[in-house]
This record gives sequence, structure tokens and C-alpha cells, in this order.
Amino acid sequence: MVAALGRRSVRQAFRRPQFLAPIIVFPSLFLAVNTGGAGRAVDLPQFPPVHGFLDFQLAGAMLQSTMLAGVSAAIALALDIQIGFVDRLVAAPIARASFVLGRLVATGVLGVLSGLWFITIGLVFGAEIHSGVPGALVVLALVGLNAIAWGTIGAALALNTGSPAVAQGIFPIVFVILFLSSAFFPENLLLEPAKTIAEWNPMSLIANGLREPIISDLSWGKTLEGLGGIAIVAAIGTVLCARGINKKLRSA
Amino acid sequence: MAGIDLEVSEGEIYAFLGPNGAGKTTTVRMLVTLLQPTGGTARVAGHDVCEDAPAVRRSIGVALQEAALDPLMTGRELMRLQATLHGLPTEEGKRKGDALLDRVGLTQAADRRVGTYSGGMRRRLDLATALVHDPSVLFLDEPTTGLDPVSRIAIWEEVKRLNDEGTTVFLTTQYLEEADHLADRVGIIDDGKMAAEGTPGELKSQVGIAHLELVIAAGESAEAEEILARFGEPMPSRDGTLMVGLRGGAADVAPIVRALDEAGCAVEALELVQPSLDDVFVEKTGRHLEGAADDQPSVDETVPA
Repeated sequence: MVAALGRRSVRQAFRRPQFLAPIIVFPSLFLAVNTGGAGRAVDLPQFPPVHGFLDFQLAGAMLQSTMLAGVSAAIALALDIQIGFVDRLVAAPIARASFVLGRLVATGVLGVLSGLWFITIGLVFGAEIHSGVPGALVVLALVGLNAIAWGTIGAALALNTGSPAVAQGIFPIVFVILFLSSAFFPENLLLEPAKTIAEWNPMSLIANGLREPIISDLSWGKTLEGLGGIAIVAAIGTVLCARGINKKLRSA
Repeated sequence: MAGIDLEVSEGEIYAFLGPNGAGKTTTVRMLVTLLQPTGGTARVAGHDVCEDAPAVRRSIGVALQEAALDPLMTGRELMRLQATLHGLPTEEGKRKGDALLDRVGLTQAADRRVGTYSGGMRRRLDLATALVHDPSVLFLDEPTTGLDPVSRIAIWEEVKRLNDEGTTVFLTTQYLEEADHLADRVGIIDDGKMAAEGTPGELKSQVGIAHLELVIAAGESAEAEEILARFGEPMPSRDGTLMVGLRGGAADVAPIVRALDEAGCAVEALELVQPSLDDVFVEKTGRHLEGAADDQPSVDETVPA
């Protein structure tokens, strides 16, 4: 049931290119601009030792991609609510949360695909995955899980507002959250108050967890921190989702 | 809702007739477990809608007011998804889905995206998806709103066929003709309350009898009035149109026309007017059912994806 709904959501994303563009095109352009424009940042004192600035930036691009995948999922689910498709699903003899779980599965799949994309273009343009294939697999797993976590945020937004316009409106907030983390720049080189915010921002944990296998040896400590950051996002999203589902089921 | 009591027998077509905002869709949404009632009880196909909602959902097919179809899916994909949602094995779902698409005349369009379908095609697809699991009760919320007359009749024929095969049908409509044509019994709802209930014939007989309206050639009206008084119940004329109530309905028309002809009264226009469900609505609520004077659906348009 969940797999069938997940397949439908993935198919929907590929049939509606405007849902894919935020996941692939924007982060890729951002990656190119950042890497091309600020590549000398690696020369700054206290910048972590890296093979290249592109290696450092890949985690930020993947994080951005998965967060925007969550926003795209929010828009898609809000559209489903608007056209009554969610009613069709809720009137069927399936677990009530299945229509959300299906969407989350799809978001996870899209997250992994985006991770593969960024690893591929990174390698094409000279990046190295320092910890090799095992590290790449850890990165893909974290990217997929982060996409699911942000999918819960997106689903919560859709269920509580029912509005694709509202879901689309949080695009800028994604960038603010990312810039106030270690996604694009090491925490220790940020100025206050951004530095303090980044230290408390779960996105920093996730960014560091994604980055470590790329720029260094595999560190289970950083990986677990990344999972912890993902769990925080997923917990917030799940609670808001549950409220949204109850609200949806009570409303006419 | 202000309190609805109704019972629909197995194998019946029950029409819920009322204006926009009367509570028709709200009632349907409660019965199909999309909305939790705040009071009262309801059982559908023998199962309580609150206590045993999953069993209700297994027993019912639902086609809501908005044909809730994903425009990016093809008709065939949607049928297969619906079959999966109702737990049908893959092969059985494919077979039933293809058979239903054929039944509603969508085989040719099955592999096109739903967004390219006309309104009539979407309604037929919506109806087909509601049937994939052979429900014992079918809920149709305004199934022909916005359809052209040809599509509307096609839906009516399909509903009748389903009912002949044993499916109980609960449909909501704001079209008098639809309720009159399809329903075994009609419930008239207004402001969240039942205003009247019965077969179409029972309801109409409560508000009066048929009457004949005639326009007679100038100078012959007085004689015509005398003749009409012999056959029925005289009614006040209106704008030169003579009217007479006929207890026998259409059967009384021919003798009247013969009598007028024999007397040399030229009939310029003639119309037999039957009591309508709108007359019932006026009797019970003091106002007309919205759109009763223009009981024709608007022509649908294809909305591309």
C-alpha cells in the first residue's frame, strides 16, 4: 500500500518537472556559484583540511536538495488535498497515515537520487570521497533519511495549511536555516550571532555528518551526530504531521 | 447538520435532494467516514461509521462531488492504484480495472493522463474507480453536476445498471430531474434538516395534482372555460392562459381537446404541468430549490494538465 503510493509520488515528481527543479537545479547552480566564487576560502586559517572547496560544499548542496525535496513534497501533498485526492485515499480501507508514509517514501527515494547526482557531479568536477565506497554509502543513507525527515516537515505544512501557496512560500526560510548552519561554511569561521545559532542548529549536525565521509575518514561519531540531527527534524515533523492528520480527518 | 434520520434499504436508489449548503455533502462525508459526526449514530452496510470505520470503507464505493483524480496519472494507473488500495491482488486488480474501463467506455483513453480528459470522462473514471472492489453500497455526491446532457444520461444509465445488479446507491443531487428519474425514494434536505421523504410520486401527490394550461383563440375563452369546468377543477387564469386541474393527469387531456375541438374553440397552445419536487420543496420550506427553474447542467470543458 505504502509502496504503491510511494511509486505514485515518485512518478508524479518526474511528470512534473517543476517539482524536480528545486531538488536538482537550484542546489547545483548554488554549488557551482559557491565553489567558483569562494574557492579560496580553503586558505583561511582554521578551515578544515580538505582536498578542495568543492568537497566541502557537496554536503551543503545535498542538504539544500533534501530540504527543498521536503518543500516540494509539501506542495505536492497540498495539491493532493486541494483536488480531493487525499479524500480518495482516506476513504479507502488503508491505514490513515499511509498517504503520508507513501509521500515520505517517495521523498526518501528522491533524496537518494539527488545524493547520487551530487556525488557524481562532484567526482566529475574533481572532488574525492575520502572514505571511498563505504563513505559514499553512508552519505547516501544520511541524505535519504534527511529527505524523509524534511518530508515530515513538508507533510505537516501541507496537512495543517492545505495550501500549495503557503508551502511554496517557505522556500526562502530553507536558505536562512541553511546559512545559519555549517552547511556552507565551517561553524568556527562564522561570525556571531550566526556562529551560536549554527552551533544549536540541527542542520549543522546533519551537514557535518554528511561532510565527514567526503573530506575525511569515516567517523561513526559524526555519522551518529548526523543521525541525531535528522532525528530532531523528524521528531518535530512527525508531531506536527500527527496533528495535521487529526485536523484533516476532523474537517469537512 | 441539525439532525438527519433516514434509512436506505438494500438494493435501493436513494436520492438526497437539496440546494447548495443544505448539508448533502456533509452527510455523505460522515457516512463514508471522511468526517467524524459530533452526535448521533450511523450504520452503513451493517457497520457503525465511528466504531467500525474500516469495515465501512471496505463495503462502500465513493465518488465525491469533485472527481478527485490525479491529473498526472493515466486512467489505467489510477484504476490499478485504487485496486491496490482495496487490497486486490495485482492480477485481479488489472483484470477488474480493465473491465471497468471498458464498461464506462474509457479503454481508448486509458493510457492518457487524466488531465486530458473531459469532465464527462473524469466522472466516468471516478465512477469506475468506486466500483473496482465490488462495493455493496455506492455513494455518489452530485455525480452529474457540470456535465453535458449526453454525459449525464450516460451516468444515469450506468447507475441504473449498477442498481439492477444489486448495488445500493445513495446519491446527492440538486437536480430535480435526476432525483425524479433515478431514485426509488427521495429525501429532501434543507438547512441541515430533512424536509420531506418518500417516493417521487408520493411526494408530488402531497402538493397537488397535474394541471392543463391552454391558450385559446381570441373571443373563444368564455366558451372554453365552460368546457374545462366539466372536465376538471377550474383554476384562476393567468395572462390569458386558462388552467384546469386534472385528477386523472395526462389521461384527461385527450377528452378535453376533443371537446374544445367539437365546440370550435381553437387551441393555440397547450401544456400539461405535473407537480414537481420543487413544488414539494416550496411547500415544505417556503422557497424554490436553487436552479429549479433552469434544471439543465452547464456544458463541461476539458481542462488540460
